[in-house]
This record gives sequence, structure tokens and C-alpha cells, in this order.
Amino acid sequence: MSTYTAPPTPSTESAATTAEAPDLDAQLASFTGTVGDVRVADAKMSMTDVDVHYGTAQAIHGVSLDLGKNEVMAMIGPSGCGKSTFLRCLNRMNDTIEICNVSGSLTLDGEDIYDRSQDVVLLRARVGIVFQKPNPFPKTIYDNVAYGPRIHGLASSKSTLDDIVEQSLRRASLWEEVKDRLDKPGTGLSGGQQQRLCIARTIAVSPEVILMDEPCSALDPIATAKIEELIDELGKNYTIAIVTHSMQQAARVSDRTAYFHLGRLVEVGVTNDIFTNPTHQLTENYITGRFG
Amino acid sequence: MTQTTETVRASLAKRYARERRFHMMGLLSVMASGAFLVLLLGNIVTKALPAFTTTYVKLDVPLMPDVLRLDDNPDADAIAKARYNRAVRQGLLDLFPEVSSRSEKRALYQLVSAEAEFTVAEAVAGDPELIGTRHSLWVLADDDLDTYRKSKKLQAVPESDRRFKDFQVAWLDELKAQERIKTTFNWVLFQNGDSREPELAGVRGALVGSFYTLIVTLALSFPIGVAAAIYLESFATRNRFTDLIEVNINNLAAVPSIVFGLLGVAVFINFLHLPRSAPLVGGIVLSLMTLPTIIIASRAAIKSVPPSIADAALGLGASRMQAITHHVLPLAMPGILTGTIIGMAQALGETAPLLMIGMVAFIVDVPQGITDPATVLPVQVYLWSDSPERAFTERTSAAIVVLLVFLVLMNAFAVYLRKRFERSW
Repeated sequence: MSTYTAPPTPSTESAATTAEAPDLDAQLASFTGTVGDVRVADAKMSMTDVDVHYGTAQAIHGVSLDLGKNEVMAMIGPSGCGKSTFLRCLNRMNDTIEICNVSGSLTLDGEDIYDRSQDVVLLRARVGIVFQKPNPFPKTIYDNVAYGPRIHGLASSKSTLDDIVEQSLRRASLWEEVKDRLDKPGTGLSGGQQQRLCIARTIAVSPEVILMDEPCSALDPIATAKIEELIDELGKNYTIAIVTHSMQQAARVSDRTAYFHLGRLVEVGVTNDIFTNPTHQLTENYITGRFG
Repeated sequence: MTQTTETVRASLAKRYARERRFHMMGLLSVMASGAFLVLLLGNIVTKALPAFTTTYVKLDVPLMPDVLRLDDNPDADAIAKARYNRAVRQGLLDLFPEVSSRSEKRALYQLVSAEAEFTVAEAVAGDPELIGTRHSLWVLADDDLDTYRKSKKLQAVPESDRRFKDFQVAWLDELKAQERIKTTFNWVLFQNGDSREPELAGVRGALVGSFYTLIVTLALSFPIGVAAAIYLESFATRNRFTDLIEVNINNLAAVPSIVFGLLGVAVFINFLHLPRSAPLVGGIVLSLMTLPTIIIASRAAIKSVPPSIADAALGLGASRMQAITHHVLPLAMPGILTGTIIGMAQALGETAPLLMIGMVAFIVDVPQGITDPATVLPVQVYLWSDSPERAFTERTSAAIVVLLVFLVLMNAFAVYLRKRFERSW
């Protein structure tokens, strides 16, 4: 009885870990470069060989992509595939993360946005962003929309500012719902209204590009439908890049779709083609719901 | 019935009993701390109450030129220098003509405060026509008389054990019978600075000193503390150096306050030659002590503002400074103010470092500015508690009450500010 017997090794566990690794490797093995045409004729923004590192971990591997003028680009992919990270590179919101390091060439109208001479304040005035969770300022509805124009000095008079606020709220199809309570706090609105308020706040600055990071993930279907309508409408005048987890949404609102996987851009194409006839195996697996 | 149901049911009674025990213990500790607070406040307030009233004696002061040692046609200067103490003494002697021995006379003269002759002088200065007449005047009583009158306990003590002897009590009874004694609210306590005579001692000097000191402390520690917190929280890159700063700020909060006093003497007084005993130096020393509290509280408050708010502003093209001043700071303000008030309350009650820089001196004059010699309320409490006179014991408690009221007012102001800045998101 005194002989020592080692506890049984948790063989199931090690088997699981070893099973995981080849799976990822297998997924990557099939990736040999982006499928589809990443370039467009009149590009608003053009990204080439973008790498993003968080400390030592690489989140984005050599992504090249163009955003065409007045085009809605949907970025889809499983969680953690780097699509949000890539989106946040486009107006340098990643600057707020200290360990984040972006390399490669990113241009807006041919100007390098990571150039030393590029002013980040000006860049963000030109490339607006709408976040995943509605984040209105704890101020009045009016002040929320007026904030951008105010800090940039876009309105010379009170009446001009009033006009900007009204126009922005109208374009975000929120005006009718809030016109009688502009002096009430924006945080008192419903989730869907708050998100449209955030969109109104973004377009009040008249940016050239609007980035949307899963703008509907916190919203109910009705609010989502309204936002989608809005994106459709805005797409006529703005260049829009939208990250979404909903493939239906991507299919409904976008002109082109980019599929990200493990930090790589796997496939780009006209939305209709991607969803009906994906070229790459990974894209097909995702779209048919095999993982994600 | 499943195994789980059985097991859970068996353990339920024990779980609820534990909850009840915890509930009881919580209630007990709240009640215990409440009882201590009531005891403490009750004790201080009952001890302080007598100090808020004082006794006046009515004298018919003979303002005859011969008593005052005045010429026939005195000028203003002569009137100002007249011997009013003789008039006061004569007024007392007139009330008790039977007093003849020197020691008895001296005891009689001590019924009224040394302030009495100045009260008379003021009356004459206000109306020189009074000279040559007999003028009725209420003058401040001596603290021995005042204390004896107010304390039932002292009245029961045998004569040998009290300063106010039986023959003086007889005079007091006589004065009472003639309705020459009255009790009023002790305005002196709030109008005068410190004094060796308890009936003349007041907290005005200490109160003003505390006020100036706190103004200096606030003016230094609030902007520096908030700026440091903003920098460390929003601008500084995290590296070895900022880690070192952070650790040392936390260490500073734990340094005994008297060490800051020593630093104050060495640097501000001996090296920079700033005035000794002044609220300026006191305020600087106290702000060194308050800074860590403010920085730590402000950092926590800034950290608690959801980053999405700052992101929203940055995403619109606000500069980092704009995102902070327009959005983060207003939202962090309630927390910052709470930290500041806690720090200021500490500073208000601090004694040790101020002793080191000489704010413990006996100062009669009410300070007129931050460079005048001054003392502060807690130091005043300390000074008076050291004095043997019974009247000073009462005034010690009274000064504590004033200190507490000062504190409550400060906290009320903080609550008001919090309510104004508080917003939900």
C-alpha cells in the first residue's frame, strides 16, 4: 500500500489543446492571400499592408483594402478576428491604447493618416466614428449634437448651429421624436434613439467617412431596422465602413463586404457575390454558419 | 426527491441563521458607533454650554475729574490717558463701603474683568460730556465670579477648595439683590482673539487663522492635485518612472504629519525665510499633507468615468485636453470634490505640523492676512486645554464645538457642490 501511484493524467484536457492548435493551423494553411479585388477605381481611403500589434501579439496581418467614395463597406468575421481593430485604425482611435502599434500605409485622399504631419484632431473631424454601445454625453440632446460643431467652430452664429443640429437630427431620422425635448438629457432616450443621436452627433461635423463599430449590437430589431435605413440613406453622401456580426445586416446595407479571419483579410467582393457565391472556403464556412 | 433538493434543504436553516447573525452584528456595530458619537458630542456640548454665556456687572462709575486724575479742561489726549481703573475701583468701593483692608479691596477689585476700565474709557471717548457725572455701566465680570455663578457643582464645593471665597459670594448675593448682575450670550468668545484672562479669550483669532490656512491649502492642493491626477491618469505613459511616482504618492499619504512640520521648518522657514507662525507656511505644509489624498481620490474619480465618454469626444475630433475638460472632469468632479473635502477636513483638524512651524504661539491679535502670525482652531483647543482655569476648560469645549460646526459647514458645502455636479450616464 505504501507504493506511490501517480494520479491519472488528465488526458482529455491535453487532447483538447492539441486538437485546437492544428485546427487553427489548418484554417490558416488555407489562407494564401486576400481573395477578390481589394482596390477600387475612386478610393476615398486606401490601406496597404497594415499590421497591428498589441504589445507583442499581432492582431492584424498585412491587410490591404480600399474604401471607395460613397461606398458602404461591411466588415464581417468571427469574434476576435480584428475587424474592429482595423476599423479603429482608420481614424487613429487606437492611439488611445498605449501598447497598440500600427504599421503599413493608410491614406485618406492620398494623404498618409499616420504621417507625423497629420493632425489627429483634423483626421477625426474628417473620419467620424460611431461606437458599438450608444455613448451620448450626459448633456442635453442639443448639446450632444452641437458639441462637434462647437469645438471645431463650424457654426458662426446660434442660428447656424440650430440649423446644423436640426439637419443632423433629421438625417439621423430622430428629429420628429426629439424636437420638443432638445433640452432634455440625451441619456434619457431609449437605446435605439441614443444610437441615432450618436450618429447625428457624428454627422453634425460633416465628416467624409463614417466608421461604425457594430452600431446595432445593443439594439432591438426595430431600432436596428431604423439604423439600417439610415445607413442606406447616408451611403449616398458618405463613405461608410461598418463592422457587423449580422450577416443579414451586411447583406442589406453594404455595397461591398470584407471577410476577416484571425487578423487576415480573407476575401473582399461585391456583397451579393460574397453571400451567394463565396470563393474562399473560410468565407463559405462562416457564411453558412459552420463557425463564428 | 433528488439528491440536490435534499442537500440544499438540509443546509438552508444554517445559511439563514448565518445571515441573521451577520445582520445582527451589522446592526450592533452601527448602534455602537452611533452611541459613541452621541456620547462624545453630548459630553462636549454640555461642557461647552456654560462658555457660551457670560456675566456682566452694573457699576455706577464716578467719572469725577479728581478720580480720573484729570485737569479742569482736559484735551482729548488727556481724556484717553485718564485713570479709568480708579473710576472702576471707586465704583466698586461705593457699592461696598464697608470694605477696608487691602486684601479685601484687592478681592473686590477682582470681581470685574481687567477689561472694565476699557469699557469705561470707550464710553467716555464716545461722550466726553460724561466727565463729572456718575455713569451707570455694564462691565464684564471676572471669570471666577462667572464660573461660580454658572456652576451648581462649584457652589456645593467647600470654601477651601474654590477660588471664589465665601465673602466674595456674599458680595455676589448683594449685587444680585440689587439687580446688578446679568447673563448674556458670550459675544466676546467670537469677537476676541486669545487672552490670558478667560473671560476675554475668544476663538476669533484661531477661526480666522484656520480660514486663511485652509484657503492657502485649498488654493495650492486642489489645482496641483487635480492636475497631477489628470496627468497621471490620462497623459503619462506607464513606465518605471510613473510607477515610482505612483508608489511614492501612496507612501506620502502615510507619512506622519509631524514630519511635514519638520520639512516646513527646514525648507519654508529656515531656507526660504517665509514668516514664522503664518497661515501661509501652515497652508503650504498642510497642502503637502493633503495632496496625496486629493491625487488618489481624483485619480479614482477620473478612472471611474466610462472611457466611452472620452472616446466619443475624441471620435468627434476633440483634442485630449478638450475631452478631459469638457467631459471627463465634470463627470469626475463629485468624486474629486469628495476627496478634496476629506483632505481639507484632515487639514482643518491637523495640529502636529503646525506646532513645528510656530503656529502654537500665544497670539492675541486677529490675523489680517496670510502672513500675519496666527494660530488655528485645533491648536487653540490644545492651548486652552493646558490652562488651569476652570473657565478655560469650558472654552476648550466651546472651541471644539466651533471647530465641529466649521467642519459640518464645510461638508454641507461639499454635499451641495456634489449635488450640483452630479450627473448620470
